[in-house]
Amino acid sequence: MLGHLKRTLAAAAIISLAAPAMAQDGTIKMGALATLEGAFTVLGEDSMRGVELALEEFNYEAGGKKIELITGSSDASPDSAIRATRKLVEQDGVQVLIGPLSGSEGLAVKDYAKTQPDVTFLNGTSAAQDTTLRNPADNFFRFSTDGAQWMAGLGEYVYNEKGYRKVAVLAEDYSFPYTQVFGFLEPFCRLGGTAPQDARFWVPIGNKDYSSVIAALPDDVDAIYVALGGADAVNFLTQYEQAGGELPLVGGSITVDQTVLGSKGRTRDFVIGTPSAGPISDTWDNPGWADFVAAYQKQFPDGFPSPSLFAHGYYINTKAALLALNEVDGDLSDGGKKFREALSSLEFETPTGKVSLDERRQAIADIFLTEVIEGPDGGLLNKTIKVVPQVNQTLGVPYEDFLAYGQVGRENPSCE
Amino acid sequence: MDGRSLFSGSSPLAAVHPAAWLAALFLLAYPAFASHFFVFQIGAYSLILGTIALSLMMLAGYGGMVSLAQLTVAGLAGYLMAILGDNSVGVMGLGWPWWLTVPVAVLGAALFSAFVGAVSVRTEGIYTIMITLAIAVAFFYFVRQNYVIFNGFTGFAGVEPPRLFGLYWRDPVPFYYLALAVAAASTAAVAYAARSPFGLGLQAIRDNPRRMRALGYNVTLHRIVAYFLAGAIAGTAGVLLVWFNGRISPGSVGVDVVIDILVIAVVGGMRHPIGPFLGAIAFVLLENFAIDLIDRERFNTVIGLAFLLVVLYSPDGLLGLWVRIRTKIRATRRVRPESGRTEEEDPRLVGSTKET
Repeated sequence: MLGHLKRTLAAAAIISLAAPAMAQDGTIKMGALATLEGAFTVLGEDSMRGVELALEEFNYEAGGKKIELITGSSDASPDSAIRATRKLVEQDGVQVLIGPLSGSEGLAVKDYAKTQPDVTFLNGTSAAQDTTLRNPADNFFRFSTDGAQWMAGLGEYVYNEKGYRKVAVLAEDYSFPYTQVFGFLEPFCRLGGTAPQDARFWVPIGNKDYSSVIAALPDDVDAIYVALGGADAVNFLTQYEQAGGELPLVGGSITVDQTVLGSKGRTRDFVIGTPSAGPISDTWDNPGWADFVAAYQKQFPDGFPSPSLFAHGYYINTKAALLALNEVDGDLSDGGKKFREALSSLEFETPTGKVSLDERRQAIADIFLTEVIEGPDGGLLNKTIKVVPQVNQTLGVPYEDFLAYGQVGRENPSCE
Repeated sequence: MDGRSLFSGSSPLAAVHPAAWLAALFLLAYPAFASHFFVFQIGAYSLILGTIALSLMMLAGYGGMVSLAQLTVAGLAGYLMAILGDNSVGVMGLGWPWWLTVPVAVLGAALFSAFVGAVSVRTEGIYTIMITLAIAVAFFYFVRQNYVIFNGFTGFAGVEPPRLFGLYWRDPVPFYYLALAVAAASTAAVAYAARSPFGLGLQAIRDNPRRMRALGYNVTLHRIVAYFLAGAIAGTAGVLLVWFNGRISPGSVGVDVVIDILVIAVVGGMRHPIGPFLGAIAFVLLENFAIDLIDRERFNTVIGLAFLLVVLYSPDGLLGLWVRIRTKIRATRRVRPESGRTEEEDPRLVGSTKET
């Protein structure tokens, strides 16, 4: 009986010891949340490289205080993102949080941010539109651009330069591709292009068999707009090529990135000439970008040959936090109020040009229009066609008018 | 010694083991000294997962039917809450009041569980697992691709518990007590049912269905009723789960989460209703803190290894480990050289589990 008592009390003592750790004077706790498990693990790891790259650049110090980095992991589901965020904020006591990585997680973390007004949240790379467009949180900042911004200039380019008038759409069925499809079709259709509803194909993430989609593709379209990522893109391209498909492609931001271009086989020849757009361009001839790539390669010999847009997005958001901390001398004693004011008015040079925020704390930044070419050594590269300067979230349309377009989704814009 | 079962519904209060009183006291007083994070995300979440695993333990431990669809049943209840009640997504959300949505969601989950039972109870062992797994996977893909009712990949957000008695029930402390009340009631119900004629019949069917059939029992119906009751428990936990997360999407009912529930039940121990809760506490603690123990690329390995060790050294999970440690301690306390027997098996834990 006494033994039971002792054991129970010991257990109670152990559990009650685990109270949230408070930040010591002179250090600032920064949390970083990315997908270190599940389907996006590789992307999450590169995101963490982006965070560490920025911290290394500042020598893990900002505003005279040491930065202590605490990492959290999700599996790309909103539930797990919230659990990891809650642990970082409520248990580890981080005052600044960088993340998350994917679209639906971003929407969930934004909602959580509203319940923690004293903590400052900066986005990682989540690129769903409504994270900052509708019902934004006052303490959620996004120094990276969203999926619709990433498409800036692509619709005009394929209509004017390539002469496409009617396109089919193939995309994964969730919030990020919806945002990308919207960003591409909106200007394309405004110019007079069409994308009939029955030529839009939505597949689940991780789809392996595209034969039914390929069979259903109409013959009378000029091109296919493909917004698939990673293995999905490789699977589709391989199968389309084997089926003897001949339509030219237009790519989403992660459809023709390095992971796809690096794949072996005849698919490679097939994608040459595919235009795309996104927040980075591997081959941009600019000293700032070249320095960024060199620093990345030096610090992470095991990383990708060139930083992905995930490393880039996390780097920019982390750097923004550090710059604003410098500005307020690391003073977060007022629950981060001054810090957030500094963030709101922050404007700085990134490896991809100037970035600043709009009144909903969403980035305005440069976007890169690219086209796949064969490099001098036979490998495939994304050649920079054009830099679209300072794209804002409403794509140049006034805020109220932009809201009238409605939420992104499978049928928006209608484009008949 | 038989009367000291934890939370035993049939034994008089005086016979309840002192450790049970202490545990109850500790659980009741827990929010007084733990931080909100520990009350909500560790405490309440463990209780919810434990309750779902309890419904699996009830089927597997007493009925010999390992159903992987219990999390799916809980998920259906969560979806029903979002569909019939309010959500912030703008799809469905019929706006029924909570006192109507909660019973309908729980009843719907229980009926769905009975359906799973009706489909699977004529099979045994691995085939039951395969059928229930197939149902879980089918449900996952169905909700992911159905946009009219289940809102596809995005699912539902903004599912709120009601404000009652001036309390917001997702605040850590009220929500913890709500989860604790549900967990305690479910545990008591399972412990009571296990000793009722129904529960004894179920255990007998587990041990020898043919003989029970010969005795005149309707074996199939008996098992389906067990599924219905387990479904009611899982459904209640599912309602709490959707209130806990505030949202539900296909990721909440994915195969990995389905397996998590099995892991919780197995690691905790399938022989007593308290086992799944031990498993849930271990699971939630590891899920939250493994990333602090080791570099972040390897923390899932730590979780896997910890569970592997438990299962390897104690086939009965944490519960079995506990019993073994206790018998060791007793054995060393009263050393009787003339008796060669050092392992004293707990009659309560051994008596009810002879697998056929």
